[in-house]
Formats: sequence, structure tokens, C-alpha cells
Amino acid sequence: MAQLADVEETLKRIEAHKGVIGTVVVNAEGIPIRTSLDNSSAVQYAGLLQDLTMRARSSVRDMDPQNDLTFLRIRSKKHEIMVSPENNFLLIVIQNPCE
Amino acid sequence: MEIVHVYTRLRGELGRQCVLSDRRAEPLIDVPPQPDLSTHFIRRPSREQGLQAARDTTEHQVNTERFESDSKGMDHSEGGWPKDINPQEAEQTIRYRKKVEKDEGYVTSILQLGSVMEHCIRQNHALDIYEEYFDEEEEEEDQEPPSAKTINVFRYDIIINLALSFHPDGGRKLVAAYSFLGFQRRLGDPSLDSYIWDMEKPNCPDVTLKPPSPLLCIHYNPKDPHTLLGGTASGQIAYWDTRRGSRPVELSSLDQSHRDPAHNVLWTQSKGGTDAFSASTDGQVLWWDIRRLSCPVDRLVLDMSREENLDRALGAVSLEFESTMPTKFLVGTEQGVVVSCNRKAKSNAEKMVCTYEGHHGPVQAVTRNPFFTKNFLTVGDWSARIWSEDVRESSIIWTRNQSSYLMDACWSPVRPSVFFCVKTDGVLDVWDVLFKHNEPTLSVKVSDWPLYSVCVQEASGVIAVGSQHGDVSLMELSDKLKNQQKNEKTLLSAMFERETKRERLLEARLKEVRLKERSRSQQSPEEELRGERGEEEPLELLDRAERDFNQLTEHHVIA
Repeated sequence: MAQLADVEETLKRIEAHKGVIGTVVVNAEGIPIRTSLDNSSAVQYAGLLQDLTMRARSSVRDMDPQNDLTFLRIRSKKHEIMVSPENNFLLIVIQNPCE
Repeated sequence: MEIVHVYTRLRGELGRQCVLSDRRAEPLIDVPPQPDLSTHFIRRPSREQGLQAARDTTEHQVNTERFESDSKGMDHSEGGWPKDINPQEAEQTIRYRKKVEKDEGYVTSILQLGSVMEHCIRQNHALDIYEEYFDEEEEEEDQEPPSAKTINVFRYDIIINLALSFHPDGGRKLVAAYSFLGFQRRLGDPSLDSYIWDMEKPNCPDVTLKPPSPLLCIHYNPKDPHTLLGGTASGQIAYWDTRRGSRPVELSSLDQSHRDPAHNVLWTQSKGGTDAFSASTDGQVLWWDIRRLSCPVDRLVLDMSREENLDRALGAVSLEFESTMPTKFLVGTEQGVVVSCNRKAKSNAEKMVCTYEGHHGPVQAVTRNPFFTKNFLTVGDWSARIWSEDVRESSIIWTRNQSSYLMDACWSPVRPSVFFCVKTDGVLDVWDVLFKHNEPTLSVKVSDWPLYSVCVQEASGVIAVGSQHGDVSLMELSDKLKNQQKNEKTLLSAMFERETKRERLLEARLKEVRLKERSRSQQSPEEELRGERGEEEPLELLDRAERDFNQLTEHHVIA
């Protein structure tokens, strides 16, 4: 299907960006659907970040019910973790933004 | 008494029908009232009855349902898989994933998420929004003022604490010597002991040391942390091993030791860590070998006229020894003079190399700067002075006279320009020579009692201060005082150089003036005689004295 090919292409493009260490696509149940990392890391990222995203989203909505979480960025010493939430899915990208 | 009616019948008549007949009532018993019996009784008009005006309650026991709680760990290795799929089986998981991927929602979601994500990724590339802008500039130093905080106080007995020394390895332990300074001990005074305190346990000392007479000073052996050396009020030197109990392992013999209290005892450099030397106000400096304390190895009499006359010797109050210069040492005396001596000189007369005069009272402490060993600090009377070994006339830097007597001082082992001194008004002064000279950088009132001793621990910037009341307070310094500032060494060495040069110039000038005077006096002795007679008028003398005094005080205030 053309759409599946689109999806593939998008994900490949993201992975090919400079500095991107890995990507994980997580579904609503916390199962990593597609990942470029090894399974154990993917599962770990999926579990931990889904929880955090839920928390972040509920915090944002608690402050203002009209508001919603659009993006979550966690900057750490070694790299940056970017989480893009949706209703059912979660896209996690780990990037090393060194210039 | 029973009322009984007996009747008899013939046997044959028993069981026959009763024949009843009327009979008139006849009183059987008649008991008339007896009024005189009423005297046995009292009429009771009122009656008491207890009543409770409270709500009626009932007591009923209830046991709630037990809430069972259990601690369990959860392993999130793989979670969320639906029940029918075994996460270990690769096939099943792959199949499940593929199924999800075919879902409509998946595709749209991913495409949308992808675009958002790419935007952010590109943002990261374009600009590092988390970069440090001013990396090269070092952070502004904390503008907070330097401070010292008391972290612990060890209190056991009310006697003067005279000396403190930290344990050489890391200093978890502190040994404190307690004794009296007065001539005769007050009767009934309890203890002669000195204690080793563990810094974590302020309530009771770790080890008690029992000398035969109170200790005036005590030091850990820098090479062997179990051995300690102390000088007693009886003039003897005692050597302890903490592994062997609280009595001294060896004590120097009374006749060979000092005749006055041994004011200071220090370990010296030697291969086995067994050499020490001691000084006392009887004017002698004795060298000892720990293994044989019965007789001193060497003896030096601090007689300035080099005649070894004990009567004219200067009483020694403090000692200084630096292990990097094993043959030289400094002795501070009661007369206010610091004598620099060389141990390896050939004869006793040559052992005393030179003297530094400057204090008006006993030199309570002499210490060398650990970074600049040519400069040493002395405290005594009301001021602290820093000297350079080369300049003998006077100290190169000195503090203004303080309001109370300075009792002890020591350099900071970390910062070359900082030293600490304690005063009899209970204040610990922290001086930073690079910062300002006219007053201490920090004055902390540690206790209401005069402070007698101070000791700094190298590793952690903790200072121990001992007072007359027997309290040993542990103070912690603020970071600024603990860490070396940049360029401190170079700045300090520049300052010392400058001051030394100034003193040398002054010395040279003074010599010139003296030389001129002498040559003038040689040329014209008669004029001098006349001049002398003229000067002897008392008023003129007084004027001259006044002028000199004013000049001196001005000079001190400016400096």
C-alpha cells in the first residue's frame, strides 16, 4: 500500500537525520511497534516515556483543560529525547544534537 | 417453734373419706402489738437513691475488615502484550506488529507525528538552543561573605584545653590536651586526663589518656597514627600507643627531663618516626629518641650569650619544625624573641643561628607557612607577625594590636594567605593576608571563655578550637576559605617579596644613619660630650620620648 510506503519513508528519513540515535513507535498499550534500537532498550524507552508523557499531558490539562500536550523534549547530558504524542501512538526519537 | 397439730387414727380408718364440717373461726395465735418495741426503731423520713442523668449507651465491639497489603516488585521487561500472544515468541510478536501497522489510524498518526518530529529535529540542527554562551568566563565567585560554622562541641571537664592535634590520616579523631596553667593545682581537682575525641561522637571521648601529670601539649606521630607524644606539666615527655591502653607506654625519667612544664613537643624527621624534641620554659630544648625516653639524646640551652648558663637562658614556649627542613627549627620564647636554630651545628654555641625580636610578651605560637617555608608566623602579646627568615630586624608584615591577647595561631593548609588565630576574648580570627591587613577577614565569637588553642585539619577544612572552659569546638569554614583562589600563590609570594624588600631597605637606611652617627661621634668627641650633657635635661628627654612614641603609634596605625 502506498500509505505504508509513506510511513516507511517517513521513518527512514527521520532515522537518517544527523545525530539521530534511534526511533521507537509505541502503541497505546506500550508495545514498541517499530524501532531502530534493540528490543530491550526499545521496551525500556517505551515503558518509561509513555508513563512520563501521560503525566505531562495530564499536568498540562490540569492547568488548562483546553490545552493539550503537543511535544515533549527531554534534554540530558548525553542526548535529547523527543516524544511526540498522539491519541493512540507515541513517536520517540533520541537525538544527539552536537554541532 | 413449730406450730404443729397432731392427730392419731386407727390404722383401719386411714384412707377413709374426709368428713368436713363447719366450725367456728377460732384464733389460733394472737400477737398483740407491743408499742414499747418501737423504741428499737427510728423513723427514717428520707431515702437516698442514686440516679444517673446520662444517655443510655451500649458498648459493642467491631472489627473492621482487614486491609491486606503486600509488597511486590514488578518486572517491566515486556509488558502490554495481549494475553494470547507470548512475548518470547518472535513470530507471534512480529505478526502482531504487522497487524498494528496495517491499521488505518497508524498510518495517519505516523505521518502526522513524523512531520512534527522532523521539525524539531531540524530545529536542533539549526541552532543548539542549550548551548553555553559564556563558557570561557568563570563563574563569578560567590559574593557571600566568608563564614565559619560550629559543627560540634566536645565538652567533658572544666579545665583549660591547651593543645589540639588532628589524626594524620584523614582526621576523624582529634586529641586534646587539658591542664592547668596556674602554679599550684586547686585541691580536689578531678582529673589529669587528656582525651581523644572521635568527631562523630561528641558526648564521650573515644580514648582517655592518663598521664602522671597534666599534659600541656600533644601530637600525633605523622608517620604512625597510633602513637602520640605529649609534654607534661612536670616536664616529662610521655609516649602513648593507642593500641596499648591509656597509660603512657614510656615516660621520660624525671631527673633528665625539663625542670619546668614542657610547653611544646614535636615529632621530628627520622627514618622510623621515633625522634622528637621538646622545649620548656626552663630554657632547654631536648631531643629524644622514643625508644629510650630515659635520657635525652641531645640538649641545647637557649642562652643568648652562648655560655650554656641555665639561669640566663630564655624560656621556650613554642616550637616549630618543618619536615622539609630537617635541620632547622624555630623556638619561640617567653621573652618575646624567636630563636632560629640549626641542629647540625658543630658546637652548642653555634646551634643558635639568629634571633628575631618583635614581641613584647611570650611568643605563644610559631608556625611556618606550608607553602612558603621561608616565612613564618608568630603570635604573642596582642599582635600577630609574619617574618621572613632573611630579615632579622623586624617582621615583614604585622597586624595592629588587638584588644585581647592572642593565644595561638596556625596557617591554613590549603590557602597560603590565610591564617587563624584565637584570642582571650573567645574570638577566632581568620586573617587573609592578601585581602586586608588592618583587620581580620572574619571574626567569629566561638565561646565566652578565652580560647587557648587552635588546630586545622588538612583534608576537610575543619578547625578545632579549645577554650579555657574545656570546650573544644569544631568549626567548618565556608568554601571561599577552603579552596585556593587562583593566583594566590604568586600574589602572596609577590607580597612577601615586596615586604621583605621594604624591610631590607629600612634596615639598610638605619645602618647608614647609625654609621654616620658613629663616624660623626668619632670625629668630634667633645661636641658629643657637650651634646650628651645638654640632652640630659629631663624635660628634653620627655619631649623626645613623647615624639618618638607618637611617631611609632602613627606608623603602626598607617601600617
